[in-house]
Amino acid sequence: MYRQKYLFLTPGLIALVAIILFPLLFTIRVSFSGWDVYNPGLSWKGGQNFSRLMADSRYWAALGRLSVMAVGTVLIQYVLGFALALLVWRDVIARRFFRVLFLVPMMTTPVIMSVIWRTIFHESLGPLNPIIRGLGLPGVPWLSDPVWAFVAVMLVEIWQWTPFMFLLLLAGLLSLPSEPYLAARIDGAGPVRTFFSVTFPGLAAISVGAIVIRLIEASKILDTVYVMTSGGPGESTETASYYIYIRGLRDFQIGYSAALSIIYLVIMIVALTIIAKLLVRFLVRPAP
Amino acid sequence: MTSRIRNSLLATTVLSLAALPVAAPSAWAETPDYAAMYPISADVPGVCSFEAIDARDYSGRTLNIITHAIPVIGEPTALHAAQFAELTGATVNVVHVPFGDLFQRIMIPFQTGQAAYDALFFPSLWLGDFNPYLAPVPEAYRETQGMQDLTATYRGVATWNNEMLLYTMDGDRHYMKYRADIFDNPDMQARFEQETGRALTPPATWEEYNEIAAVFSGWDWDGDGQPNFGTAEVTQRDDLMFSAFISRVAGYAKNPDVTGGFFFDLETMEPLVNTPGWVRGLEMFVAAQASMPPGGTNFGLGDEIFSFGGGQTLMSYSWDDAFIQAQQEDSPIRNSVMPTALPGSTEVWNRNTGEWETFAEPNRPGYVTWGWTSAVAGSSQNQDMAFDFLCFFANEANTESDMQVGRYGVNPYRESHFEAAFYEDELGWTPEVSQAYVETLRGIDENPNRVFDLRVPGVGEFMSSLAAGVARAQAGTATPQQALDDVADEWRAIVDRIGADTIRAAYANVVALEDAR
Repeated sequence: MYRQKYLFLTPGLIALVAIILFPLLFTIRVSFSGWDVYNPGLSWKGGQNFSRLMADSRYWAALGRLSVMAVGTVLIQYVLGFALALLVWRDVIARRFFRVLFLVPMMTTPVIMSVIWRTIFHESLGPLNPIIRGLGLPGVPWLSDPVWAFVAVMLVEIWQWTPFMFLLLLAGLLSLPSEPYLAARIDGAGPVRTFFSVTFPGLAAISVGAIVIRLIEASKILDTVYVMTSGGPGESTETASYYIYIRGLRDFQIGYSAALSIIYLVIMIVALTIIAKLLVRFLVRPAP
Repeated sequence: MTSRIRNSLLATTVLSLAALPVAAPSAWAETPDYAAMYPISADVPGVCSFEAIDARDYSGRTLNIITHAIPVIGEPTALHAAQFAELTGATVNVVHVPFGDLFQRIMIPFQTGQAAYDALFFPSLWLGDFNPYLAPVPEAYRETQGMQDLTATYRGVATWNNEMLLYTMDGDRHYMKYRADIFDNPDMQARFEQETGRALTPPATWEEYNEIAAVFSGWDWDGDGQPNFGTAEVTQRDDLMFSAFISRVAGYAKNPDVTGGFFFDLETMEPLVNTPGWVRGLEMFVAAQASMPPGGTNFGLGDEIFSFGGGQTLMSYSWDDAFIQAQQEDSPIRNSVMPTALPGSTEVWNRNTGEWETFAEPNRPGYVTWGWTSAVAGSSQNQDMAFDFLCFFANEANTESDMQVGRYGVNPYRESHFEAAFYEDELGWTPEVSQAYVETLRGIDENPNRVFDLRVPGVGEFMSSLAAGVARAQAGTATPQQALDDVADEWRAIVDRIGADTIRAAYANVVALEDAR
């Protein structure tokens, strides 16, 4: 009778294995195969894909580029999201309107918005450069210069996902108790002191969650790069996920791209675990 | 005996009379006016005409088709699929896939043995990968008037190991386009002569092309108040840039006196991509960046079409699209543009002698590249219906209609498509433009020195590697020689992995086309 209770876990376990574990295990198996355009199937290649990967400088460069892009965009999103949340936290005119307005970018389809932004950044036909030139400044080679193309991709990411930070941090702000603010006011704390001593510590836990979630998402950036730059000029905007996409679905090196994905997954798990621990250690104060 | 005959006649008469009410409506009814029902000028009698397909009954059967996204090829597929369903009673499902996903969406069902699609539309250069999975075109379809009318070039493109596997419905090649109104303008001619010391003529070499492009860059030569530029080219890494680059290279590296491979030495399977002819082509490609419009170093095919077709640039080269865009009825430069063969070079690398050869007349190879095509899956349970559909798609009436809509991406591939009168009468082009168009296309078909796409297993990987190397040189992160040396190393690794003999066997089909003349 006591053991029968485990039967009730069976449907959930089957679903878990089918949905999460099987694809993961299958990907690991594929990563040891030579499945490509000419050799379909799960032939056993041992560690060949992994040794090839170690010498693949393009992959490691793409991973480095991704790190800069993900950390850079998420930090800026956090700062902007926090600022916007503070802006509409208190009573301001048309507060509800602004709250909805700030969320609009997040609700748009990334691939469509990338097409729109590509048009905006288009150096011959787009509207942005004429505006810049109208201000007396020279036009910017948004998508044809390696550095500017990187910046352009980051700008689109920041534009699209700052609302996510805004949403979480606003929810956090609205849930803060009012007593600490009352105490701070009685103690004569100014707005800056109040922010760093009351507001920011109060949002530390939710900040860590928001940053980690966004880092996970940002590390998968693909559609913006695909549409706006195709990884160029040269390889200046090629991220790890886009490189895996090229190897897997363009070049049809299924085995090799599976190996790239597995290593990518391992690196992400390790890196994000370390980042999350560091953030918790430095931002979240233990309760008194 | 007489009684038996009488009885037979009586029986026949009774049966005929009994059948009459059933047969009469179809036998006596007038043939429908298909031109009034569908967007064609007239149905053309034949095995796959509207009338012939109307007589088929595929009620209760389902045809699954995979094709490109709308509009290029995707839009005519959807149109003709709906017509086919209406005429035959079949249920026709059309799946539209963006180009970046099309290869794997076709290949994965092939490799896993699923009969996911009956009819397929894809670029013809994938034949090297897909050929084991395709059904040969049956003789009955090879004998149709439309098939008999294919040019030798596109018949060759559709054939693999002496078997026709592709159902041809498009013909593509690269050629050059230029603004004839500017080239013919005396003021422009004077200005060019003053700056360069030579007469302004359509470029016959890539050196001339770059020189003209440089002179006509950065100033308003068409008087619209906006600066114009010399050249629009497809330069975005993963957006067909490799085809543009091959056009740039062919004149230097495809020596008419050297047989046995353009991409590889067929005997040794040693890559030729880093030989001096290829490197020179890349140097010229990189140098031309200075004469491109702002953002021109990141132009995809769509950008190139709108840049030249919209009047921003003086010259361009690629497929028909930019030219057709410029020739649209609402185009401000309609009938002010001219097509001509790709430029070439008077210096051509000879890999047999290991030296540059000097030619009195520029070497200008034709580049037969890409071309959408169609086929039937070998695993399809509906091959009869699928071939009927492809035959219907490419019947004379539909093709004539499709060729008039630029965005459809259907370009000349039959002998009958090379009639200048068609473009003059149906599309409103001037006699000069119509004649030049037909002569340019015909010239590529008849050129004894031609380059075809690398149609071997793993072509996507080879071209992806090539594009990445070229992009590095364009971005200035590698010299042309370094970039192409890296590409050659990657190509060797791909050959080792897939197998030199496998690739050689496939590449022999391409070399046979190139060396046929």
